[in-house]
Amino acid sequence: MGTASISTEKVFDVNDLNLWYGDHLALKSINFPIYTNEVTAIIGPSGCGKSTFIKTLNLMINMIPNVKMSGEINYKGQNLLNEKTDLVELRKNVGMVFQKGNPFPQSIFDNIAYGPRIHGTKRKKDLDEIVEKSLIDVALWDEVKDRLNAPALGLSGGQQQRLCIARAMATKPDVLLMDEPTSALDPISTLKIEELILELKEKYTIVIVTHNMQQAARVSDKTAFFLMGELIELNSTAKIFSRPKDQRTEDYITGRFG
Amino acid sequence: MPVRERFQNELNDLQNKLLKLGNFSLDALEKSIEALETKNIDLALKVMEDDNEADLLEEEINDLAILLIATQQPVAIDLRRIIVAIKIASDIERIADFAVNIAKSTIRIGNEPLIKPIEHIKKMYEINRIMLNQALEAFNEDDIAKAKEVAEMDDQVDDLYGQTIKELLQKNQENPERISQITQLSFICRYLERAADHTTNIAEHVFYLVKGKRFNLNS
Repeated sequence: MGTASISTEKVFDVNDLNLWYGDHLALKSINFPIYTNEVTAIIGPSGCGKSTFIKTLNLMINMIPNVKMSGEINYKGQNLLNEKTDLVELRKNVGMVFQKGNPFPQSIFDNIAYGPRIHGTKRKKDLDEIVEKSLIDVALWDEVKDRLNAPALGLSGGQQQRLCIARAMATKPDVLLMDEPTSALDPISTLKIEELILELKEKYTIVIVTHNMQQAARVSDKTAFFLMGELIELNSTAKIFSRPKDQRTEDYITGRFG
Repeated sequence: MPVRERFQNELNDLQNKLLKLGNFSLDALEKSIEALETKNIDLALKVMEDDNEADLLEEEINDLAILLIATQQPVAIDLRRIIVAIKIASDIERIADFAVNIAKSTIRIGNEPLIKPIEHIKKMYEINRIMLNQALEAFNEDDIAKAKEVAEMDDQVDDLYGQTIKELLQKNQENPERISQITQLSFICRYLERAADHTTNIAEHVFYLVKGKRFNLNS
């Protein structure tokens, strides 16, 4: 839960963002600041636009055909929609973790070293260091240090997901996007990932999409509630879950609809 | 990696705030009795002024408890601990109010010489102090043996209360012109007797916390 990390610096500043899938307007005039070293959670019913929104932040959305956008997605002062954006560089800085751990069919070591290698780090010593540090950061080091050359797919689901977080961190991003990172995990693995998120926010800015609003309540500083492509309410998590401003937020989090 | 470390830290924080409120009430009670004994009106006024702090602490405890329920989905002993914290905070805050009531009575008695030494009142206070200290320890250590002892001490306060009221009524017959002071002293006895009941409630809450069942220790 959000212990008051008072941040005033915005990593992302999204202004009046509209997004169409073909003719369908999927995001409607979204204004959304994201502050450094905070965990921002996005909740809302299926089809509300939360996954669409998070995919705009590293322009993964461009991989879907027929997507049009208008407005601004400012990342560190640069509008990703206007200027010629280096996607490789962007995705190095804005890492992403998905619903289910998706390690490459390689060794644990090679999974982590993959990103740094394609970005030019070749020396074994440097890679060793990055792999160790990334695995320590996700609290996986002690569990795997004796079998770094074992296949990553042999790890448990929770370990695979932590490995994927470590892999995303190996390129030293400053933002981590997480799309339902625990929906395929058991409760204890889920709590471990949540504890990890709380630790990682010291160094990273985290945006997490979750169907599990209790998870949003536990891990985030800010919570955003999306409904039918609109950002209904964005506020401190403590406020959203104890006295939301908008009746629709209240109805959703109390389970009255959705 | 310890699971739910932050949640645990916040539960500890809640517990510490409660102990702080407990110590505040202990202190207020002590000052109010000292003011009565030494006729220190300034000290009595201070007890009244400071009471705001207890109210604010109680609010803080309630806000934190609500936040933890809203965001952490506590279950089993975690849930009981939070519910019990809200209830104990209310009991402790009430004890601080009794200290204020004693201070007010002290001011009403003013500089008039006391009709009799206040040994019994001091004794009642002393037992109250031990009870509250021990109830807080019982809560802090999940110790139901200690909680049970608290409930037993309440009987001593009740006995002292009966005796003292009887004596005061006798004094009233002998000195009807002192009825105002005698009334105030009787009130003070009543406040101390009630304070001990609230401390006994705290002991009951500790039973509920540890055992998950309700016990009535007040009867």
